[in-house]
Amino acid sequence: MSALSELGIGKMAIVERLDLPEEVGHHLMHMGFVPDARVVVIRRAPAGDPTVYAIDGFEIALRKETAQSIRVRIVQERL
Amino acid sequence: MSDCCATETIDIQVEPRVPGKIRTVALVGPPNSGKSTLFNRLTGLRQKVANYPGVTVEQHFGKLSGIGRSDLTLIDLPGIYSLDTYSEDARVAVNVLHGDMPGTPAPDAVLLVLDSLHLRRQLTLAAPVLSLGLPTLVLLNMSDLMETRGGEVDTLALARELGVPVAKISATRGTGLDAISHFLDRKSETYQPSPQSKLELPVVGNARSYRQWATGISTRTKYKAPFSSEWTRKLDRVLLHRILGPLLFLAVVISVFQVVFSIGQPLSNVFGDLLNSAGDKIGSFLGHGWFESLLIDGIWKGVASVLVFLPQILLLFLFIGVLEDSGYLARAALIADRVMRSIGLNGKAFIPLLSAYACAVPAIMATRTIENKRDRFATILVAPFMTCSARLPIYLLMIAAFVPNKPVIGDFFGLRAAVMLSLYLMGFLAALGTARLLKSSILKAASAPFILELPQYRLPTLRSLGLRVVDRGKVFLKQAGTIILCVTVVLWILSHVPFHATLPESLIGRIGQWIEPVIHPLGFNWKIGIGLLSSIIAREVIVGTLGTLYGADPATQSLSLQAALRHDLTLGGAMALVVFFAFAMQCTSTLAIVRRETNSWKWPALQFAYMSVLAYTAALAVNQIITHLF
Repeated sequence: MSALSELGIGKMAIVERLDLPEEVGHHLMHMGFVPDARVVVIRRAPAGDPTVYAIDGFEIALRKETAQSIRVRIVQERL
Repeated sequence: MSDCCATETIDIQVEPRVPGKIRTVALVGPPNSGKSTLFNRLTGLRQKVANYPGVTVEQHFGKLSGIGRSDLTLIDLPGIYSLDTYSEDARVAVNVLHGDMPGTPAPDAVLLVLDSLHLRRQLTLAAPVLSLGLPTLVLLNMSDLMETRGGEVDTLALARELGVPVAKISATRGTGLDAISHFLDRKSETYQPSPQSKLELPVVGNARSYRQWATGISTRTKYKAPFSSEWTRKLDRVLLHRILGPLLFLAVVISVFQVVFSIGQPLSNVFGDLLNSAGDKIGSFLGHGWFESLLIDGIWKGVASVLVFLPQILLLFLFIGVLEDSGYLARAALIADRVMRSIGLNGKAFIPLLSAYACAVPAIMATRTIENKRDRFATILVAPFMTCSARLPIYLLMIAAFVPNKPVIGDFFGLRAAVMLSLYLMGFLAALGTARLLKSSILKAASAPFILELPQYRLPTLRSLGLRVVDRGKVFLKQAGTIILCVTVVLWILSHVPFHATLPESLIGRIGQWIEPVIHPLGFNWKIGIGLLSSIIAREVIVGTLGTLYGADPATQSLSLQAALRHDLTLGGAMALVVFFAFAMQCTSTLAIVRRETNSWKWPALQFAYMSVLAYTAALAVNQIITHLF
């Protein structure tokens, strides 16, 4: 298992669990970050942080410190 | 209403949970599902529509006159992802739905709007909303787009799964809306008890079970997600590019100012000439006398001097509208996150700050999307530093009167636009500095997470932009017709009492001379002083006040306001005045909204004191520097 923040652009992973305070975790889960959801790293903001992730057909930006607490399983490399 | 697309409505009889007639209908949906556009369609009312997640933080009411049911009230709720109360706006939505919102009637029926392009995830909201037990109609919005992009869904099966009617609509094009009238007509009639449909809802409040439930339903209803538009990714590749992104952002801001000058100024001039010649015509009909003087020199000159800025203000609102509706504003927040972080706020605070360029009042309401309370208060306190459109009249007037229009960077960017831009920058820097100060002292807190949904780019519709501009125009005209009109009448009377006194001897002249020692070091004369006093109500009032005062003074009566000011003020005083306006808190509406949102007089009082001291000091410095340099 690795942290979502460690993934490079274009990488795909499966969400395993969220090590976040309950309130934040719940909000993220309602936005699509639930266990078993597929997430793809789309791009980084011009300053290198936050990073844009695609999940459930939506694009959501998270700061590195938040993405660090999202544990994922890398599934495949994209072209 | 619908004229080109056939609507599929499937009505399954559900047992009525709330008997009796329907009076209030709530519009519920996730952020960016097109709820606000639908609200406008259904009510014909104007309201803010923005392609930014969570911008509808106020609840909006309207009569359902768009579908001929003006006996029913529609409530537009903030966009929500779930019925968890994560942020202030979600709390508002949940309270209204539960009927716990004081002053808002509990809804008798629900219109649940879902974006059919992302139905699988949007369906997760259906579970908690359906478990409220209110009569519900599910509206699959943007169904036209879904179909042209190869998406599919069996609405009949979906209605059976959910146990409530489902209809495909397009809020932008206004198709499929008759399904809503059918639904409301049927629900308004007396209910016929019918066998309750079996509806299995997931465990309340559990995101994972909601998702599994939604995935199950989308599979069973043969939902095929449409191909995602490549446009958004392609555009983001440029607009969020490491180097190009921030540069383009700056270019957008600069060109907005340049256009406000190069197109707006000539428009305002033509409009101003029209108003003045109309005033002269009316004056010549009335002949000379006190009535003519009150009407023309007092009211007309005062009100017209503010009205001339209407074209430029509307242009600015048009631009901000395009930025919001297109989805670019969310990208701006992403680009700005790093800067915002350095002052202890996050990128989300950037959106209210950007819209404060139009007006601080809606901006302060928009801070409700900021989840952390201390972050939210800091944003509220610094928002009035952003250059709102009420500062435009005095800026434009002083710049046109005192700054020559010399080119700075070629012919495209002139000295006037440069001065203007630096005033905007000054306000922005004051906001950043103050936020940093607040976040490192009285509002210190651990940084809240930054979670931002980036909507797909959309082409802003003429309808929505038009409504926005018309709405703003009305607010401005109402202000000119009420507050500014009253102030000019009062000023005219004060400047003509006692009868036959000269202006400096009149009541207003005496008040002005009494405060003059305080403002003299800033390079202001007593007329400016009266302007400062009257503009505590609202910033744009100063221009009307100056128009009335210079109109009442025989020495400057025949001059234009610009010429009269050049005759009466030094360059140092003029620049000190605009700098004073850049920092001062002259807006009773803003103070009132800050009081409401922070629920205490402590914060608006602190804000007023801090901003006044800053404005006085900065204006003093500017006047002293310019006077010694030139």
